[in-house]
Amino acid sequence: MLLLAEQVLNGLQYGMMLFLMAAGLTLVFGVMGLINLAHGSLYMVGAFACAAVAAATGSFWLGLAASLAAAAALGAMVEIVVIRRLYSRDHLDQVLATFALILVFSEGTRWLFGSFPLYLSLPPVLSGAMTLPGGLVYPAFRLAIIFIGAMVAVGLFWLIGRTRLGIRIRAGEADREMIAALGVDIAKLYTMVFALGAALAGLAGALVGSVQSVQVGMGEPVLILAFVVIVIGGIGSIRGALIGALLVGMTDTLGKALLPGLFARFMEASAATSVGSALASMLIYVLMALVLIWRPTGLYGARA
Amino acid sequence: MRLTGAVPNFLVFAALIAVAVIADLTGNPYIVTLATKVAIFGLAGVGLNLALGYGGLVSFGHAAFFGLGGYVAAILASHAASGAPVVTFPFTMMGTNEMLAIWPFAILVAGFAALVIGALSLRTTGVYFIMVTLAFAQMLYYFAISWPTYGGEDGLSFYVRNTFSGANTFAPLQFFGICAAVLGITMILVALLTQSRFGLALRAAKENETRVIASGIKPFAIRLTAFVLSGMVAGLAGALFADLNRFVSPAMLSWHMSGEIMIFVILGGVGRLAGPVAGAAVFIALEYLLGPVSDHWQALLGLMLILIVLFAPKGLMGLALGRRGHV
Repeated sequence: MLLLAEQVLNGLQYGMMLFLMAAGLTLVFGVMGLINLAHGSLYMVGAFACAAVAAATGSFWLGLAASLAAAAALGAMVEIVVIRRLYSRDHLDQVLATFALILVFSEGTRWLFGSFPLYLSLPPVLSGAMTLPGGLVYPAFRLAIIFIGAMVAVGLFWLIGRTRLGIRIRAGEADREMIAALGVDIAKLYTMVFALGAALAGLAGALVGSVQSVQVGMGEPVLILAFVVIVIGGIGSIRGALIGALLVGMTDTLGKALLPGLFARFMEASAATSVGSALASMLIYVLMALVLIWRPTGLYGARA
Repeated sequence: MRLTGAVPNFLVFAALIAVAVIADLTGNPYIVTLATKVAIFGLAGVGLNLALGYGGLVSFGHAAFFGLGGYVAAILASHAASGAPVVTFPFTMMGTNEMLAIWPFAILVAGFAALVIGALSLRTTGVYFIMVTLAFAQMLYYFAISWPTYGGEDGLSFYVRNTFSGANTFAPLQFFGICAAVLGITMILVALLTQSRFGLALRAAKENETRVIASGIKPFAIRLTAFVLSGMVAGLAGALFADLNRFVSPAMLSWHMSGEIMIFVILGGVGRLAGPVAGAAVFIALEYLLGPVSDHWQALLGLMLILIVLFAPKGLMGLALGRRGHV
């Protein structure tokens, strides 16, 4: 039972991390209609910025701030130089150009930092374990990730639903000519939305980099999972991104934890491990296929 | 009009053969191997182009079919070497190392995967379609990594290149000849297909779906057919690629591979018959020329691609041919 509770917390933590990635992607999709493959690079840049600044200053918190700032700054820069020219193009051009951006960022990072993974040390406050009600001992940092993810979710719902900027973002999503005619600087709005998404990706990268390692190419598997999340949740919907991220995080974590044991009940142990883990790695895509059959535009998606 | 359109396509193909023959005569087997790689990648690109260029279906998952074709070839070849049957139920199937026996299996398996993935993905359009095809390809990638029977993460090698009766497949030029012949025949078939009623319907569905439906054609069936054919060609290319390296690994299924196949198509010019071959040639040439100059040649490639997208959206063949029509 404790083991199951621990896996549920792991799934929650994984889901929250995916949400940080998917939220930015889905905003950029929804508002600008742009498919951005380079979102994973911003995640990577956030992690490297955190690692570099934390190593130079000795403060994890400065590193975390640096990850937000670096990813947001790079996001704004890329939007102004390249991405802005792609809004009016078809998706094919967007895919190719942002794929090319990945090549540039990955090689650039490798050139700056080398191919070896970097490791972050956690601040003392978060490096220990906490005992939860029921006797479960769980790493404090992973709890912090869940907490940060929840805070970002609340913040985003407030930003989109309750502020002037949010009204403009939603208006830009609905009718960009009209809002431009009403005197809103649409180019600036787009740069801000892109930078916001980039900052969230950078934050996710820094947090995950602290648990695992910081290396070139770390953003790509997460990017594809974020795509799965968006397909499940529906493009442009923050709520869909949250629900989708939690579904994917739970399915993947619980599948990997439980399936091999389940198969071991009616198969010999070694075969059960290989069949179970092979199937577990496919589980989230099966989930995606089921959602597609049931609702082709995702759980909360309005338009294709 | 058709003739002037066909000339550039023929020139690209002829240039590839000329490069391989001259390289072989002047004693550069490595260049022949590079030309073989261009023919194989070009073939995969011609396959993707059928869905992407003519059908407007931006599939970011063609590595799935390319990799499956490769794995079929490697699995059959490794079973032929070990003598163990591939399956014993419901019928016994032995391995083989005869290319003409391997190719139909590679094509069938890739085609079946394309049927399943296509039937699900084509329920969506636009960015959803891109992400869904990408995700399904990634599913196969993770499956290949975590399935230990055929090498898992390490991949699967077979030590003897498969045979083709009447040819010595170990002679670089002869293996190139086989790949180039497959490429040439496929290009002719694709040209015939795209000018047939089916091809017209496919292109019409890309241009204006509503009108196509109004004239009594179901776009879903047309698109699914194109997607399956496209996957089959990619699978055949994968089988050849496995033979070229005598090795397959999950990297063949990775999304970088999907991206590269897409780059061949777009670099050469979307919807042009020989575009992917030209694109693959430029890509391989860049890798060959820039690789020794800098370890970070991919960054240069990335910058070049961005410039092409921003300033030459019709690809290199479009750039060279100006505004003349697509064939």
